[in-house]
Amino acid sequence: MGNYELTIGLEIHVELATKSKMFCGCATTFGAPPNTQCCPICLGLPGTLPLLNRTAVEYGIRAGLALNCRINPVSEFARKNYYYPDLPKAYQITQHDKPLAENGFLEYFLDGQLTKTTITRLHLEEEVGKSIHSGDSIIGSEYSSIDYNRAGIPLIEIVTAPEIASPKQARVFLEQLRLTLQYLGVSDCKMENGSLRCDANVSVRDIEGNPGEKVEIKNLNSFRALERALAYEGERQAVLLSQGKQVLRETRTWDEKAQKTVRMRLKAEAPDYRYFPEPDLPPLELEQVWIHEIASSLPELPLAREERFQKAYGLSEYDAGVLVRAPHLADVFEETVALGHSPKLTANWVLGDFARLARQGEVVSAQHFGELLELVSSGQINNNQGKAVLEEMFATGASPREIVQKKGLTIIQDLGFLKTVIQEALNEHSELVERYRSGEDRLLGFFVGQVMRRTGGRAEPVLVNKLLAEALQPGRNWEPHKE
Amino acid sequence: MKELAHKLRTSQVSSVELVQHYLDRIRAVDSDIRAFLYVDEDGAIAEAKASDERRRRGEPLSPWDGIPIAIKDNICTVGTPTTCASRMLENYYSPFEAEVITRIKQAGMPILGKTNMDEFAMGSSTEFSAFYITRNPHDLTRVPGGSSGGSAAAVAAGEAPWALGTDTGGSIRQPGAFCGVVGLKPTYGRVSRWGLVALASSLDQIGPMARTVADAEILFSIIAGHDNRDSTSWPNAAYRVMDAVPDNLKGISVGVPEEFFAEGLDPEVACSVRQAIKMLENLGAEVKPISLPHNIYSIDTYLTLVTAEASSNLARYDGVRYGLRVEAPDCTTMFKKTRTKGFGPEVKRRIMLGTYVLTASHHEAFYEQARRVRTLIAQDLEQAFSSVDVVVTPTTPTTAFRIGEKQDPLQMYLSDSYTAIANLAGNPALTMPCGIDRKGLPIGLQLIADHFREDLIFTVGRVLEQSLREVEAGGEL
Repeated sequence: MGNYELTIGLEIHVELATKSKMFCGCATTFGAPPNTQCCPICLGLPGTLPLLNRTAVEYGIRAGLALNCRINPVSEFARKNYYYPDLPKAYQITQHDKPLAENGFLEYFLDGQLTKTTITRLHLEEEVGKSIHSGDSIIGSEYSSIDYNRAGIPLIEIVTAPEIASPKQARVFLEQLRLTLQYLGVSDCKMENGSLRCDANVSVRDIEGNPGEKVEIKNLNSFRALERALAYEGERQAVLLSQGKQVLRETRTWDEKAQKTVRMRLKAEAPDYRYFPEPDLPPLELEQVWIHEIASSLPELPLAREERFQKAYGLSEYDAGVLVRAPHLADVFEETVALGHSPKLTANWVLGDFARLARQGEVVSAQHFGELLELVSSGQINNNQGKAVLEEMFATGASPREIVQKKGLTIIQDLGFLKTVIQEALNEHSELVERYRSGEDRLLGFFVGQVMRRTGGRAEPVLVNKLLAEALQPGRNWEPHKE
Repeated sequence: MKELAHKLRTSQVSSVELVQHYLDRIRAVDSDIRAFLYVDEDGAIAEAKASDERRRRGEPLSPWDGIPIAIKDNICTVGTPTTCASRMLENYYSPFEAEVITRIKQAGMPILGKTNMDEFAMGSSTEFSAFYITRNPHDLTRVPGGSSGGSAAAVAAGEAPWALGTDTGGSIRQPGAFCGVVGLKPTYGRVSRWGLVALASSLDQIGPMARTVADAEILFSIIAGHDNRDSTSWPNAAYRVMDAVPDNLKGISVGVPEEFFAEGLDPEVACSVRQAIKMLENLGAEVKPISLPHNIYSIDTYLTLVTAEASSNLARYDGVRYGLRVEAPDCTTMFKKTRTKGFGPEVKRRIMLGTYVLTASHHEAFYEQARRVRTLIAQDLEQAFSSVDVVVTPTTPTTAFRIGEKQDPLQMYLSDSYTAIANLAGNPALTMPCGIDRKGLPIGLQLIADHFREDLIFTVGRVLEQSLREVEAGGEL
């Protein structure tokens, strides 16, 4: 980038996880057969009228409050007019002059530093349908099909101030935003399904601070695409300026195959959306009581949780961060600790085998998980057995005690029995006993292995070590203990 | 209508006979008048039979069970086309019915058919129907007015006892005045717009058209009421018909805005309306001069808003999902060809105007300005109703004009000079006949009231109607 500084602003679209659409009762299930979740309203048939989904508004308010926004007591829906086959009414109901929420911020750790990005506004709008082209794009395709299942699903659009300074910061911000929205339960935020989408405005300014032209980048379908596209675009603009050329105000799209941004249209070609207030919906007036109710029902947000994990449980910055970014793990962690288990031990287990096993889907209950930790920490089973039991718990859902019993996995601590086994082993390898006694210390491991093999791995290792060391003492004439 | 209801109740006439009578009348005169776009003979007879059966069982759905009705063709019905008199929707059947149709059916009323109109309710003469023009039953060389010209003509010609129309800037009242029938534009939010194909959503209302004020009141009471599918519907929208009205108007104050009697008003219309006002005074009403100074801007304001909203509301007719499609090699060309072929000249004119007033560079000067003036116009009426109960004006500047007479769209738009105010301000307004001119054409008088005070309109209207009838019978004022 040399003598240029990057300025990035993001526009994020998030599909809300409501059961029904924004203005009708149609279901919002992802992946249903095409055009099976539509009705006259979301198809925009003549004579239909929109009816606002209260839950969509509630989710919007939740998100606005979590992003520290001012919730406008009166906001207004507007029509954004343009022609496209997947837009049934040829206008999208959105919010324009008076959005639901404004003037907020989101905080996150960037390279260990607490960083803040301004949220300019958050507004509600409806999804459009989905075009499926027989070719690569609408141009040149022999035919296109349209699935209106998505049309009318509620969205929030979140706009940041243009104050993000690097591609990495943009990614970290977006990750924190996604996590926050997931904590709120307002969206599943799956970029791969399109329920979280991001556009970026990028400009570079020279070292004297002269602002550059703004370029909008679309089609950023993954965190990686976002980071790479921003890096590419910053470099492209910096090179242009350093060559004394102009950056054109335009909209570009990220070409994943070519790994570069390409022009979609110049600013002058941008459509005029002819916004005006939606006459079919009265202004959205919100009661303060409701907003307060929603505010008081907000869950603890990721940043607060991360800080609490460090302070209250003494977890490292790293462990706390990893746990909080995986809410299902963080939940099990907290529930288990609440049952009286050591935070450190619990975190180690959760972040280790538990995390690996939980990736396949199912999660075991804190109750069962706590039992397992208890069995391990009290020495009833050893660490390796514990791992095997956990695997079984994930596979069968059975309790650790059941598994231990069924598999006969308890540890052998019976002194008499262990001493017998040790004697047998020593008798069988008397030659090696002699060598050990004459100074080959490393043979101890061999004897431990022999004992473990004879006990099916169930002998308590510390005890075995101790008893073996005693039995192998030079000059000691070993006598089996008699009861 | 109460008489008809009585005859049905006492079995002096059956619903089938009644429906057959209107179907016969349609067959006899509609080839000249052409009020209907679609006559549903089988459907109406079937509904009439069901009605008679209910009466036989002593279980009528309402006092009006079995009395048929005609419906303007921009109101969605199931089983019959809903074309909005446009090529765009020539073969369009709605999969759902309008809330008002549900209410009509719940009252047991058979539907005779769908009536002609200006395409998508844009026009004041029904000449802009894509299919054919409707003629004024009082003079077949003249227009019935519009856009609810078909409904007005059907009622005036006795082809239907009453009808539903829609009114965005005067589309019930202007044809009502031209055809000598009564028509009400209800308070915005009193009748559900669910199933009304939108022209301008912030102005549209469905309303009754009938032969008498009392009949209009009955039909209004059937269709008014809250509907949660329409977010602009009012919670207390229901209306109950007044059992009796007084025989005088003592205690009622009537405002007369002098601005409505200025240049542009036909002297015969002025004279007739002033005579009616005199009659109101004789009936005991207190007549006061009032001022509605911003009404001179109402047509400009109305046109700006109606075209803006219409350009958006009609954008959905793109050939993708339903209605006309003209095939083309690519999508944009298909949009253009479909809309070029599907829409008539007035619709295209208004879409272009509306698109223009909403463009970013003109939005402030036109659309926002119109919104501000709309507020001023509404404040004028609010001010008026702080001192009077109803406002009386002529409904239209002239009586029915000749077919083809108004070629200049601006001249046509002036037909709504006195009526658009009620749509802009959301107030209820009624037209009722108050006389005829020397050519034998009906003259309409308009009564406007405060929001949700249709009761005052019907009180004054019914008393005045009674008085006018007595004068007509007696032959002198």
